[in-house]
Amino acid sequence: MTRYIVRRLLGMVLLLILVSAVTFLIFNVFPSADPALLRAGRQPTAESIARIREDLGLDRALPVQFGDYIYNVFVHQDFGRSYINNTNVLDQIRQNLPATISLTIGGVLIWMFFGLSVGIISAVKHRTVFDRATIGLSLVAISAPVYWLGLVALYLFAPDFGVFGLGFLGGQGSYTPFSNDPVKWLQSLVLPWCVLATAFAAVYARLLRGSLLDVLNEDYIRTARAKGLSERRVILRHGVRSAITPVVTILGLDIGILLGGAILTETVFNIPGIGRLAYDAILRGDLPIVQGTVLFGAFFIIIMNLIVDILYAFLDPRVRY
Amino acid sequence: MALLEVRDLTVQFETEDGIVRAVDGVSYSVDSGRSLGIVGESGSGKSVSNLSVLGLTRGTHTRFGGEVIFEGRDLLGMPDEELREVRGEEIAMIFQDPLSSLHPFYRVGDQLVEAVRAHHDVTKRAARDRAVEMLQLVGIPEPRSRVDAYPHEFSGGMRQRAMIAMALINSPKLLIADEPTTALDVTVQAQILELIERLQAETGTAVIMITHDLGVVAEMTHEIGVMYAGRIVERAPTSELFAAPQHPYTWGLLRSIPRLDSPRDEELVPIEGRPPSLITRPSGCAFHPRCPFVREAHTRIDPRLEPVNGKVDHEVACLLSSQTRRDLWQHLAAGEAPDRARAAVPMGDIAE
Repeated sequence: MTRYIVRRLLGMVLLLILVSAVTFLIFNVFPSADPALLRAGRQPTAESIARIREDLGLDRALPVQFGDYIYNVFVHQDFGRSYINNTNVLDQIRQNLPATISLTIGGVLIWMFFGLSVGIISAVKHRTVFDRATIGLSLVAISAPVYWLGLVALYLFAPDFGVFGLGFLGGQGSYTPFSNDPVKWLQSLVLPWCVLATAFAAVYARLLRGSLLDVLNEDYIRTARAKGLSERRVILRHGVRSAITPVVTILGLDIGILLGGAILTETVFNIPGIGRLAYDAILRGDLPIVQGTVLFGAFFIIIMNLIVDILYAFLDPRVRY
Repeated sequence: MALLEVRDLTVQFETEDGIVRAVDGVSYSVDSGRSLGIVGESGSGKSVSNLSVLGLTRGTHTRFGGEVIFEGRDLLGMPDEELREVRGEEIAMIFQDPLSSLHPFYRVGDQLVEAVRAHHDVTKRAARDRAVEMLQLVGIPEPRSRVDAYPHEFSGGMRQRAMIAMALINSPKLLIADEPTTALDVTVQAQILELIERLQAETGTAVIMITHDLGVVAEMTHEIGVMYAGRIVERAPTSELFAAPQHPYTWGLLRSIPRLDSPRDEELVPIEGRPPSLITRPSGCAFHPRCPFVREAHTRIDPRLEPVNGKVDHEVACLLSSQTRRDLWQHLAAGEAPDRARAAVPMGDIAE
């Protein structure tokens, strides 16, 4: 097991270098805003631009720039500074991470609760009206784009301009860090959580329903019933216990992706998270911030993947590394 | 009074293709301490009828008819919660494939403990001691450490032993064994059958042995019912069935098992054709499309189960006369092919 983890972690470093290389190439090969020009102020002179290029190290050969970046990241944990406002990239990410983590955790709890319970009930009540209705509705939920759903939610429920404005909710851009005011934190996130969770809950409900339907046809479910176990125990302890494994895999990946920034949700509700940071940086051609957020995103996905694989060995005793 | 009496049981499944008459008016009974073999091909309804005894085929698309009387109570109409108390406590069941029948994620011992605690309010420790005791009883070496193993760490034979241990852990009055040896190696098969036989003798549990292999039930059952297309077509004490089988389907089954006392070059004779659809049953005798001795009238008249030569314990559902059947079996038992036997025996043209 330890050897397996070490091997995977080494693989992760290689993958992260590759990811930075691709980002780096995309930024330098495709036309994008010249960061030196952006920094040079209202009346840029050729001189000032050249000086800024030198300051930022942009006058060096691309491989040198890249090598320098990789060296600083992996040896000094230095992700560079923003081209736009000179803030330290790592500090900026640290500052935006709590909002993204808050959004992710709340969303996960909500979608797991609804997704799993609906999935289990649909499978147990297979082919009933409940099953058909929820599965039909879930298709609608999956098809609705998050930004559309977010805007509709705001239009209906936002406390200031919503048609049925709910006073206790915080509106767009009301995000307050938990450490400042937990109540306001909660108020500001309820709507984004629900919007984010809708599509995921639908996906998870369908996934668990399908998986559980397969499992309920297994011989060991028949054995469990033949033993005289209660139906509740048969479904939960024997059925769901097996059916949950594919759900755990997807959950790990989804959490990884969201921690790297829920760009759409964060943008619609104006939450200062990683996704928002990346979005703004792309618009401004701020390569160091883009690099940093992409690396973090990749890091979370890879780490969650590893955690899922390790978890698998605990979920299924037949899996050994 | 019989321990279990199944009377005129019907089980029908509603499917998109039509109604599947999986069990079509089956009656059998087994007394305490006795054993009954139910023999037939896949799709003959032998498993479905016994799963239905425990309500394991219940569902929104299943219809039942008849009665299943266990110690005076009708299991067929019993509410789920009440039936749950019978399952695993008074009637236990083991299945064909012990690997897929045990939950892959739980330790064998925990699965046994669960079976005990589903019915008895005992501590985990006491249940675990009982599990170790049962594993020992079914011949699993080092039961004290094996109790913590997972099913995939057991061999096929050991898994079936564990299944038997789990089934018998609450000392049920009846054990239903559904093809318990089919998925196992031949050498292991014999061990498992011996084990079931030994435990039956020691505990007095009644056994229903479901199999497609007459060889399996030959030595260890008191009575045999032969099922075809959802019905019992012949029922007799085991020795009687082997000595004087009456139904052409039973003859086919008997001739398709290898025997040590027959010449080595004698070929095994398979039964021609395939089991019929249970949605559209063949007209008349359901076996007529495959019967080598079919007469025109057999395609119209549906035979009923009737005593053979007035014997109450030997019944057959066949339209041939008992004289014709006796003559035909004499030729077949001597190793003659069905068409030669048919040519040698004078047969009336109508239903006899």
